[in-house]
This record gives sequence, C-alpha cells and structure tokens, in this order.
Amino acid sequence: MSDALPDQKGTATDTAISGLPRRSLLKGTAGILATGIFPAVHAQEKIVLRYLGTAVNQDKAIAEKFKADTGITIQYVAVTTDDVTKRAVTAPNSFDLIDTEYFSLKKIVPTGNLKGIDTKRIKNADKITTLFTTGTVAGKAVGDQGTAPKKVIYLEGEKSKVFAKSPTQFMSLIPTVYNADTLGIRPDLIKRPISSWAELLNPEFKGKAAILNIPSIGIMDAAMVVEAKGIYKYPDKGNMTRKEIDLTIATLIEAKKAGQFRALWKDFNESVNLMASGEVVIQSMWSPAVTAVRTKGIACNFQPLKEGYRAWAAGFGLPATLSGKKLDGAYEFINWFLDGWAGAYLNRQGYYSAVLETAKARMEAYEWAYWMEGKPASQDIKSPNGDVLAKTGSVRDGGSYETRMGGIACWNAVMDENNYMVQKWNEFVAA
Amino acid sequence: MSTPTASLPSPAPAPAPGRSLAAWWQAMPLTTVFVLFFLIPLALILMVSFWDFNEYELLPGFTLKNYFSIFEGCGNTSDLCVTFKTYLSTFKFSFLVWLITLVTGFAVSYFLAFHVRSQGVQTLLFVLCTIPFWTSNVIRMISWVPLLGRNGLVNQSLAGLGVVNQPIEWLLFSDFSVVLAFVHLYTMFMIVPIFNSMMRIDRNLIEAASDSGASAWQTLWNVIVPLSRTGIIIGSIFVITIVMGDFVTIGVMGGQQIASIGKIIQVQTSYLQFPLAAANAVILLALVLMIIWALTRMVDIRKEL
Repeated sequence: MSDALPDQKGTATDTAISGLPRRSLLKGTAGILATGIFPAVHAQEKIVLRYLGTAVNQDKAIAEKFKADTGITIQYVAVTTDDVTKRAVTAPNSFDLIDTEYFSLKKIVPTGNLKGIDTKRIKNADKITTLFTTGTVAGKAVGDQGTAPKKVIYLEGEKSKVFAKSPTQFMSLIPTVYNADTLGIRPDLIKRPISSWAELLNPEFKGKAAILNIPSIGIMDAAMVVEAKGIYKYPDKGNMTRKEIDLTIATLIEAKKAGQFRALWKDFNESVNLMASGEVVIQSMWSPAVTAVRTKGIACNFQPLKEGYRAWAAGFGLPATLSGKKLDGAYEFINWFLDGWAGAYLNRQGYYSAVLETAKARMEAYEWAYWMEGKPASQDIKSPNGDVLAKTGSVRDGGSYETRMGGIACWNAVMDENNYMVQKWNEFVAA
Repeated sequence: MSTPTASLPSPAPAPAPGRSLAAWWQAMPLTTVFVLFFLIPLALILMVSFWDFNEYELLPGFTLKNYFSIFEGCGNTSDLCVTFKTYLSTFKFSFLVWLITLVTGFAVSYFLAFHVRSQGVQTLLFVLCTIPFWTSNVIRMISWVPLLGRNGLVNQSLAGLGVVNQPIEWLLFSDFSVVLAFVHLYTMFMIVPIFNSMMRIDRNLIEAASDSGASAWQTLWNVIVPLSRTGIIIGSIFVITIVMGDFVTIGVMGGQQIASIGKIIQVQTSYLQFPLAAANAVILLALVLMIIWALTRMVDIRKEL
C-alpha cells in the first residue's frame, strides 16, 4: 500500500505535466533512437530502482527529491525487518537496492546474495562516521557487544561471502541511519526519576511494563535488565551461550508470571498506542515512536539510562546480480543519499546520518545545535513536515551526538545460538 | 478451511458404471486447482519438515530433528513443555469459542428462521448480521482496544457509575479479550450454515410435533436440533479450524503474550526456520484433520447437502 501510493502519484504528475510534449518528442526521436545515436538519454529516463526495506525508512519526500535531482525513480517495497532478511535470502532478484540492518548481514552475506560496494565509487566514503569504520565516537571506543557494524561492514572482495577483519575497498552496507535505543517512559504517570534498565522489571510497574517481541532485540533489552539488576554480567550480550539464554529467558518468565507485562509489542504503532493510551508506563521503545507519542501532546521521555544504550544501524546494500545502468543508478542514489540533503532530513527526524559533515551543511545552525550538540533549542524545532517537535529552550533526550552514541553498551545482534534463542523466546511467550 | 471442500470434490452421482469422458473433463478444472494450490504445496511442506537448516539456508536431506526439537522436554511430567502448553492454550480457545459461537449462532438462527415471519424482515436482519463484515478483520479487532483498555470506555463508564474504584485490568490483553474478539469475528460462520439448515426444515414437522403434544423445548431438542445438525457441524468446522490456526487475533487481543501454535509457526518462518515451522504445520494439520474427521463421523455431510 504505502509503496504503491507515491508511485501512482509520481506517474500521474508525470503524464499531466509532460504527457503530450513527451509523446510527440518520442515520435520524433524514434528514428534517431533506432539508429542508436541517442541511447544515453533514453536509458537515463527508464531507470527504476526497486528499494526493499522497512516502511520506517522509506520516506516519500526522499524519493521525490531524488527523482527531481536525477530523474531516477525510486520504487519503495515496504516489508517488515524480518521480511527484508527473508527476501534477501530467498529472492535476491526482487530488488535493486536493499535497506537493511547490520545485524541481518550475518544471515545474508554467507548466501552470496550481496555484492560488495566499491568505496572508490562512493564520493563521501572516507567521511562516513568513525562509529562504523572503527567503532569510535570522538576518538573514544564505544561498546561493541553484539553485531557492531565495524565487525561486518567490510568484505574481503566484491564477491566475498565472508567479512574482512580489517578495512578493505569493499563495504557490505553503506550506512544510512542509526540510533541508540533505550526505555521510553511516561514521566507524568511515573512521577520519579528513572535511571536504570532494572526499572523495566521493577514490581512497582507491575502490569504496566512492555517489552519488544522481536526475539533478537527483545532478548538484548532483557540482558540489559539482567546486568542492571546485578544478576549476571555477560561477556557478550549479543552472542550468548545456551546457559546465558536460559538465564535471561528465566528472568523474563519469572517477571511475566508475576504479571509484570501488560503486553509485548512488535510493531512501531503498537508501541505508540500502548504508551499513548497509558496501558503501559515503561517499555523498550524506539526514538521516533517517542516522538510520535509526543506529537499527540502526551508527555513521553526517551530516557537515558546509566547502563547505556542498545544501538542499531541500517544501510544500503546491492544485490549480487545488479549490473549495467541499474547498478550505476544505485551508486548514484547512494552518493546522492550521502550528499547532505537526505542526511539533514533524517537528522531532523531524530535519527543520525552516516556522513555528518554534509548533513551539517544543509541544516540551520540552531537545528544542528539542538539535534547534534545537545544544546537548548534557540527557536521552535520542527519536523521535516513542519510539526513542532520541541519548544524553544528544550533539550534533546540523551544530549549530544557524542554523549548518546558514546554511551552505546551493545548493538542489535544475531547470535550464534539464534535458533535456540528463538525457541526459548517462544517458551517465554507461552509461559 | 480447504478440508471441507476436500471431502466433497464431486457432487457424487449414483455410482455410474463406466463414467463418461465428459465427467472427467468437468472435474478437471477443480482438480487442477486443488492439486496445484493445495496438494503440491502440502507435499512440499511435508518434505521440508524433514530437512535440516541453518541461519540462512535449507539443507535438503532427511532428519527427524525438527520433530524431536518440537517435543523436546515433553517427557517431563512436572512441568509442561512449550508445545503441549501451546496446544493446550489453543485447544482451550477453540473449545470456548466453539461453545459460545454455537450457542449464540444457534439462538440467532433460530430467531431468524422461526420467529421472523416475513421474508423481507428475515433478509433485512440477516444482512444486518453481515454488516460488521464490511470492514476488515483487523480493524474490527483493534476497535476493541480503546473500548476495553485501562482508560477505555468501559472502565471509564464503570468508574463514572461508581461500580469500580480501580480500572479493571483483565478486560484487555487477557483470555477474556481474546475470546470476546473471536466470538465477535466468527459467530457469523456459525449463523450462516445453521440458518441454512433450519430454513430447509419442513415446517409441517414442527406442526406435527406440536400436534403430537410436544412442548416447545421437546420440539427444539428432538426435531430442530437433529435436523440442524449439518449446519452445526459445518459451522463448527469453520470456527475450530480458524481458531486453531489463528495468530493475529490472539496476538492483538492477547497483548502478544498468549501462546498459540499459529504464532509459533509465524515466529519461526520470520527467522527463516522453515523446516521447524513446516514440522509444526504438519502436526497442526494432522490434529485439525483428526478433529474434522471426528466431526464428520457425526453427520454425513455429502448426504445432507
């Protein structure tokens, strides 16, 4: 649905504006085309890139702006996070560009369905934030538990099925957006400061807590709680042993049996509704979902916690079979994406963009100060569509880019014991 | 769902000696569809359920691993294993929903068939029953959420009337809300076949019963119920098969924390554990087929239709 709409509109305006002239133009040029003198323009006009990803990242404005700038059409194919992986593994010819999370790479790259992205063809490749290339923010190393991007971002070659240990010319994904997740709370209903992940399972919030029902992410949140409560310290929360999985799930089951959870959520909107309706006052949450609750006029905090954040990152990948004009088009899109306009757009939504320098050039100084430097807003902060997100004087949750991204404790991950973990997660749901 | 059709592929004429070629041709289209879209996929599921798998690929072969892992820990008597727990919860919902939709469906059909005299009003009321079906399943389901929530309409009204001091928590994200949504969604599947059977009952039989001195209750129990049996069984098959396989309703109304076998299969497919999901599907299918087989023992659907 959501991907069909912008597309239809695009075609409609196309014919409306240039229908007639183009038709006569085509007639006129048909002869020239047949002789093959005019091929470049002809091909240029026909490129359509099928962009596979989740609905959250597929913004109509981005596709429209790109089309206006380059004439290449982006056709969004919106599916869920799990389905992106599923399609990359089972139907790699059904898309021309994939937008997926780094943790999915452990499943996709070994199939050989992705092509290494040649960084020599990416203009801003060397400006990509160090968080991805070396795992540092402002020179300091951040937590690398789980599938940290630096572990999976480089491939040994263009057609490699294994990750490279050190930087190479070929990247698996070019980062697009990323952020660090934490608990969302309703300050008006909790009425006291919250500073630890342990509060998620605090009996004080019995029947008013919720956790993410995407097993591989939910278990990481649970692990943060287990560590915060001092039950156990994991060597790597993103790659647990069977025993550690058992322990984590047992903690969850115990809480569930005691009636801790009001619900589990899987979908962005579900988490917004749970929070907005007051069914839940504390839950693991995504940053834009917190923004969505706030735009309804309901107080909601994306609460920084002393144990740190669980980070995630998404990026663009190319299917192995992509070639010719479409491949060029895909590179053009990636280059355009890193060039600043899209980055500024994403920064204004509360995400972070991969190349900060170019994004900064496209943002107002007060916007940059609010979103990236953690300074109080010197005037009202608006979302890209013009809604007021924050009043003058307010400060972004979690502070500056460096404080927030520097506070990463672990990354979304796929564990070696993933199958076992999913099985145990089902046990939690059934308990 | 496709199983009822399975048992009636042809209108079953009297065993004709030497069926004509034309009859075979006539059976062709349905047979083709049936083989292509039901039998072949089913055979593939059965095949895949014996395959091995890793994070990103299926490994053809033959292993019983998937079936063993489904029943892992089920020998333990002190604590039920996940699979048994899940089936138990699924059966519980099937039974409750079946019972409630049966009673409601029967009552509604009875009223429509025997109390409403005018055919126009009958049609009107019947159409009225279908109105909720003009919107999608999910919307009908989700619309319960603001009604039943902690700060929902029901709780607000009760608190306003002074009936409760604290909001009632079990209205939403509970067994109650799941059953409520199921009944709301699927009672129609009971009403239609039962109403259909009731309309075929010869009204003279009811007159005869009353002439013979039967009370209204006796007429109902000894004449109408037996003659509506086909409708009851067909409706039951609909409701039970739907509830057994459902994961959306249980997910939305149960706050994602109530187990159902459909949900487990869905989680497994989303993690590319297709062989495990296939094994689960095969077991579920076998169970549902057994239930349908048992139900069809009670009535010869072919004869009754």
